[in-house]
Amino acid sequence: MYGKKVKLRLLFLSFIFIIVALSVFLILKSLEENVVYFISPTEIKNLPEIDNKKRIRVGGMVKKETIQLNQNKISFVITDFKNDINVTYSGAVPNLFAEGKGVVAEGYLNDRSFFDAKKILAKHDENYMPPEVKEALEANK
Amino acid sequence: MLKNFEPNKIFSITSKAPKYVLIVFIIIISIGLVEALFISPEDYIQSHSVRIMYVHVPSAWIALGTFSIIAILSFVIIIFKNKSFILIAKSLAPSGLVFNIIALVTGSIWGKPTWGTWWAWDARITSMLILALFYIIYILAWRIYDDNEKVYKITSLIAILGVINVPIIKYSVDWWSTLHQPASINIFAKTSIHSSMMIPLALMTASFALFSILIFLMKYNTELIKIKNKGLDRL
Repeated sequence: MYGKKVKLRLLFLSFIFIIVALSVFLILKSLEENVVYFISPTEIKNLPEIDNKKRIRVGGMVKKETIQLNQNKISFVITDFKNDINVTYSGAVPNLFAEGKGVVAEGYLNDRSFFDAKKILAKHDENYMPPEVKEALEANK
Repeated sequence: MLKNFEPNKIFSITSKAPKYVLIVFIIIISIGLVEALFISPEDYIQSHSVRIMYVHVPSAWIALGTFSIIAILSFVIIIFKNKSFILIAKSLAPSGLVFNIIALVTGSIWGKPTWGTWWAWDARITSMLILALFYIIYILAWRIYDDNEKVYKITSLIAILGVINVPIIKYSVDWWSTLHQPASINIFAKTSIHSSMMIPLALMTASFALFSILIFLMKYNTELIKIKNKGLDRL
């Protein structure tokens, strides 16, 4: 068996480790609002109050058949399949921006259903495949 | 456990090993690069940018794996006063840091055309940056307390506390909403990377692992020579 000193060191180290891990957990838990990169349309709907001076990010899917181009203004709907939010933006969008794909819009809320975006980021999902496989998948749908 | 640490005996083995590791590394990375750059298909949505993944993902894995190994060694060092692991843990850090930086830089290069930004303070990217800082603190601690015989206690504690960050990196994409996509390769669920893209990924991972072993051995040999020069035959 291990000596008394080994056990003592093990106990002491475990104690430090648990305390630090617990503190990290509690800090992250209390900062959750800042750790999340974006919030969903549902979360916006449930916000107690709207601060239209605060720059926030909204994320979700670009709802199908909602992208409208008007001169250099673009408008579309972000959905999390429960709630929607209308987004307007002027400027260039990333190459991967497309309907049915993930998107993160950064900007200001006008009200609970209108969002004025200053920056658009495309979100890539975890699927990687060659175009032929994608076509085959589409055909089998 | 290996209590008696004899640099001469170990050196006679580790001084020959880099040659062979280098040969195997060159062979595997050659095949891996041909697979990653030419044979593997382009992605249906991001086209050729997918090839960055074959460097980015293995680098991130190696960086995380190396830090975990350092932490486990550090645990044994502190609890059981195991002297032979001290130099192993110390020698592992540089290649871990290099791959951590490669993961961050390639991620940034991939992020610009895909997301539309070089950098995002999301949970995955920020926690990966914190891992790089832990590597830097770990390596710096070895330098700063170089002449102190208690140096291994300080560095080991840094590694053990830093390893708390490893599960945070792994699960950050599941716990919080992040710009970074969730894991594609799952042990218990379906993998969402097509098999034709798994071949270069596996080859590149193997070659990066070999490269990191190579750098480790070179660093380890240097450390052993330093000890020999100090005239110690035991640590």
